[in-house]
Amino acid sequence: MELLSGNEAIAQGAWEAGCSIGVGYPGTPSTETLESFAKKEGVYAEWCPNEKVALEVAVGASAAGARVIATMKHVGVNVAADPLFTAAYTGVGGGMLVLAADDPGMHSSQNEQDSRYYALAARIPIIEPSDSQEALLFAKDAFGLSEEFDIPFLMRSTVRVSHAKTPTEPSGRTEHVRKEYVKDPSKWVMMPAYAKGRRIDLDARWQRLREWAEECPYNTVEMRDTAMGVVCSGAVYQHVRDALPNASVFKLGVTWPLPEAKLKQFREDVDKLYCIDEASPFISSHVAALGIRIDEMPGSLPPYGELSPRAIRIAFDQQVPEAEQAQPNLPPRPPALCAGCPHRLVFKELVRAKCIVTGDIGCYTLGALPPLSALDSTVDMGASISMAHGFELALANEDHSPVVAVIGDSTFAHSGLTSLLNTAYNQGCGTVCILDNRTTGMTGHQGNPVNGKTLQGRVTRELDLEAVVTSLGVDDVRTVNPNDMKATREAIKEATQATDRLSVIVFRSPCVLLRDSFVVQNPYYINASCTGCGSCISLGCPAIAKDAETGSATIDTSSCVGCGQCAQYCGFHAIEQS
Amino acid sequence: MNQNSSTIRVLLAGVGGQGTILAADLLAKTAIASGYQVKLSEIHGMSQRGGSVTTVVNIGREVHSMVIGEGEADYLLAFETTEALRNLPFLAPAGKLYANDVQISPLPVLTGKASMPTMPAARLAERGCHLVDAHELAVKAGSPKCANVVLLGALSTGMPFSAEVWEEQIRSKVPEKTIEANIAAFRLGRDSVEVA
Ligand SMILES: Cc1ncc(C[n+]2csc(CCOP(=O)(O)OP(=O)(O)O)c2C)c(N)n1
Repeated sequence: MELLSGNEAIAQGAWEAGCSIGVGYPGTPSTETLESFAKKEGVYAEWCPNEKVALEVAVGASAAGARVIATMKHVGVNVAADPLFTAAYTGVGGGMLVLAADDPGMHSSQNEQDSRYYALAARIPIIEPSDSQEALLFAKDAFGLSEEFDIPFLMRSTVRVSHAKTPTEPSGRTEHVRKEYVKDPSKWVMMPAYAKGRRIDLDARWQRLREWAEECPYNTVEMRDTAMGVVCSGAVYQHVRDALPNASVFKLGVTWPLPEAKLKQFREDVDKLYCIDEASPFISSHVAALGIRIDEMPGSLPPYGELSPRAIRIAFDQQVPEAEQAQPNLPPRPPALCAGCPHRLVFKELVRAKCIVTGDIGCYTLGALPPLSALDSTVDMGASISMAHGFELALANEDHSPVVAVIGDSTFAHSGLTSLLNTAYNQGCGTVCILDNRTTGMTGHQGNPVNGKTLQGRVTRELDLEAVVTSLGVDDVRTVNPNDMKATREAIKEATQATDRLSVIVFRSPCVLLRDSFVVQNPYYINASCTGCGSCISLGCPAIAKDAETGSATIDTSSCVGCGQCAQYCGFHAIEQS
Repeated sequence: MNQNSSTIRVLLAGVGGQGTILAADLLAKTAIASGYQVKLSEIHGMSQRGGSVTTVVNIGREVHSMVIGEGEADYLLAFETTEALRNLPFLAPAGKLYANDVQISPLPVLTGKASMPTMPAARLAERGCHLVDAHELAVKAGSPKCANVVLLGALSTGMPFSAEVWEEQIRSKVPEKTIEANIAAFRLGRDSVEVA
């Protein structure tokens, strides 16, 4: 027995099934699945620039007969949706498993979408484990099932499955013999003539899938007291067992297609039937659509956010332990840009230049928080550049503040390239700042095309950002060290002054957490000349504090990394390096 | 223990980078080695950049949920006093509380926009908190990096696992060179509660 996280268990299950290729793009809470798979023997794994590319690589590998897994977070499924929908038509060669890891409660995401709706719309079956042991077993079976039914399988997990460690029994690998590739345009060339045939075939495959769901051992019925029956899935099942220990439970391991006959039987076997859903009405609405009567809970469940045994007890009017009032006046503890973070001064200077700043997704999204408060928007990966173009179009005939897009290196490779191409192609203007900190910081320092690091350590080349930007059609391109205040200020001033053309500034400096490329210098300290003006405090560096009594600044030498950003902002020579 | 089941629920709360996850792993391993089932659940993501972090370790003969609701934690082990206060609503009425006697200022405090809670020790003492100076004891044990293991030592006094099993897990999990310091840290943490 081992205590494995859900993500490690999925990777183990895929490996045991003889899956030989893994692809994906990082994103919490999915990331460790591919990282763990990549370390296993006899497999090939790679990070792709984005989820759409990853899924297409997977479809190709499957067509050629290999077993393949593609991993992504929920919002990644949006990006991958285009190939996903048509992959249901083509079906598979080698078995194909797609992991979609959802984040109810939005611990680290920009929305709370439920990926199951995608699979539903794409007509792809969904399996949903409730702990790591199931994650391993379901992942292991998924490849054979995918081949049997000639369709990709989607595994949906949530934070409390992916990031919970629960007892798991790993075993050995069964090698999978790659299926011979045979050219078959009627299956793989999805032009209307062939797609119509596959559309009809898809319905036939779904007929068999519905029958399979009725018998599938992943759907389990636990009969206890027949007064109450609960239908649920995933981690919610675990909460239900705690909150309603006597209830009969229908645990759905296959949440699409639903086992209609088996659910109807369960309805007959219990007096009251409830569906317990987390953050979306997926189960209840589809159970109701089968004509199964669902009873009203005495209370109600929260419509969004994560569930807990306590929330379920409250919905069923049960007593819950008394909770103490939250302590008043506690300071919040939001995440912050690290001491020495190369993103910091760019934000400081953009605010100083009174820019409209369209932001993107990564560590630099934290530039939205006080005291920098630099961002005007964050929507999805790549949107900084396309939204900036939209701002420019809407404001074109008026005097307006400079519009500047801010995007990280990994995000630029993910979907900034096409956005920039659009602005260049349509002769748009504005400025794009690419914050090249040499890594995919937010999700734990993965390799990407810009830093030229690959998942299994194979040697590759770095993307030449300046060259690619130039060839996309941008003439005004400069490279700046973002730790240099004057250079940063100057570059922003020059780039934004030319209001009739598109410019790109590549800010290049390694993330402070990259121990192999960031060099920690002697810390700085505040001398007696400090007047308490607050200039350094306004940088929001976690190593600098304002003394509540004297008002002057202090530097915590144990967290200062010696970047010297703050010293450049001091007008009184009060910040010195030791 | 929680009234409606025999599960032992432990909440570890701290600040990103304080070693809460290693502590939670050691606790989980100790519980498993003592014959229990364990589920451990942590929140990654944005919390890594100096934000609040919490990890849950639920222990029992048969454990279902991997989370802890308000009023349900049998143990709260806080690595910082503000985080202890923040997580008090999760502590069960009869739950036990251990806290590292240190204050770490978040950014809104550093920039003068918010202030630290006053007299955290007194407020925590009302809930019967065992305050531990983990840094000082860790230094005494040989390395300030062992502060998390000092705190585990304090927690261990209230838990149904023998000191031998705890120490065995520490020996097998920490880097070879730091075993001695970690064992010393664990014992100092343990003594700090038992003597008090
Ligand atoms: C479509 C999509 N995929 C994945 C993610 C998860 N994600 C959030 S930030 C990030 C990495 C950003 O890296 P980079 O742009 O280099 O900025 P850094 O964090 O290094 O500053 C990823 C992969 C997401 N939010 N959306």
